[in-house]
Amino acid sequence: MPAPELLLDLTLGALLLILAVAALHGQRLYTGIISFIAFGLLLALVWARFGAPDLALAEAVIGAGLTGVLLLSALGRSDSDSEPAPIRAPARMLAALLLGVLVLILLLRAVLPLAQGPQPLPALVASQLEASGVSHPVTAVLLNFRAWDTLLELLVLLLAVLGVRQLRPSGQPQPGVWPLLQAWSRVLAPLSVLTAGYLLWRGSHAPGGAFQAGALLAAGVVMLRLAGLLPELRWAYWPLRALVLIGLALFLSIAAAGAWLGDGWLSYPPGWSGPLILLIEVAATLSIAASLSLLVVGERKELER
Amino acid sequence: MSGTTFYLCLGVVLWLLGLHGLLRLQQTLRRIMAINVMGSSTFMVMVALASRDGHNDPVLQALVVTGLVVAVSATAFALRLAVAHQPRRSSRQSTREPGE
Amino acid sequence: MLAWLSGVALVAGAFFFIAGTLGLLRFPDVYSRLHAVTKADTLGLGLVVLGLCLRAPSWRAGLLMLLVWLLVMASSTTACQLLARYQRERDQLAEEDDNASP
Repeated sequence: MPAPELLLDLTLGALLLILAVAALHGQRLYTGIISFIAFGLLLALVWARFGAPDLALAEAVIGAGLTGVLLLSALGRSDSDSEPAPIRAPARMLAALLLGVLVLILLLRAVLPLAQGPQPLPALVASQLEASGVSHPVTAVLLNFRAWDTLLELLVLLLAVLGVRQLRPSGQPQPGVWPLLQAWSRVLAPLSVLTAGYLLWRGSHAPGGAFQAGALLAAGVVMLRLAGLLPELRWAYWPLRALVLIGLALFLSIAAAGAWLGDGWLSYPPGWSGPLILLIEVAATLSIAASLSLLVVGERKELER
Repeated sequence: MSGTTFYLCLGVVLWLLGLHGLLRLQQTLRRIMAINVMGSSTFMVMVALASRDGHNDPVLQALVVTGLVVAVSATAFALRLAVAHQPRRSSRQSTREPGE
Repeated sequence: MLAWLSGVALVAGAFFFIAGTLGLLRFPDVYSRLHAVTKADTLGLGLVVLGLCLRAPSWRAGLLMLLVWLLVMASSTTACQLLARYQRERDQLAEEDDNASP
């Protein structure tokens, strides 16, 4: 294997390990969270190095961006900042170290032989790609070959929103917002809408797709909400509820229509798969954006009746 | 050592790091971060396996995209649970913060 | 020739990034750290973008990279001002508490 790639891999690996240790065992929780956000961004670089640009886009927005905002707002609502001192017993630490090394060896022995196995799936996907309705393999897999997974994923997102509604989140006093933040949010929000629309349209023939676009839209909404430019997202406001439910509802109705009138559950009629996939992607983008915004910045007055 | 093997090993080490953190740390937020580290390392193992022969496997990559969104939903719910369990921040009301 | 120039630009960009990180780690004060990181990192990114533009396959790719650099410059400047303002207000509050307590 060429040496420059090995150098890049070693550097990325060392940085990832350092950031993971800093995130988990750093002194202050705030520093740990910032290290975790940097960990997410480096992970996006690793995905890009593997030739998975959809994954890199999704990780940068969701893993680093939205998760970072979630953690920081949870930190803002919680009390203590520094970790209480762990119980130091040398015998325990030695036993934990030995056990850790043992589990490491077992896991490596289990995982490494997998790297030698054959890869039948890329050829299989490539052979069915023209019939799928889109020309990018990852989008074809997500919305045609494994559409059931995507449907259930939208359901999981809805369940998380419903669960958060049950918890009556605490009202947080909104501090006064500085004018520079408001101005910058006004600049970034249309950019996020534009980029999200572009990613959505592009997902059919190049890396992109519904998840990345939806998460980018949610990031724009979160930014506007934190800058005080958007009024509260009220669950009682029925267009918001419609937006959250439309992705799952549309997907389920197309699947059911396939079952009753066509070939089977979630099998698109031939020739119709392209337009149907586009329709599902648009609805899913709106749904994902609304759900993620509610999850990240939903407050008590917004989430209950 | 090829890229796939390196990232498989790195993924396993990170997973163990996360597991150790989950068992030993006491602050809830850090444990949630540890679970996220475990999840991200599992994704790393899957993506490393996705390019084991040199070809990029779109099925595994699509599964990881799905997993990423599921992970963020679970993290959001877990963080709300963690915050809901804590007593109110009454002691911090007296200190002023910039911007208020 | 172009590849050599782009290599020089990339190495120079990396040097500025290292300088900025060194400043972040070694400067005593939040303000000087912000100063080091924002200025050096923006210049480093500009040089990296220049190096990559020289290798770009088309004019469009180079233009997109320049736009990305402009966006990062605006964004990091905004973040720097907000952080500095937060730190200044915190310092002012701490000073007022010190003057009020005895």
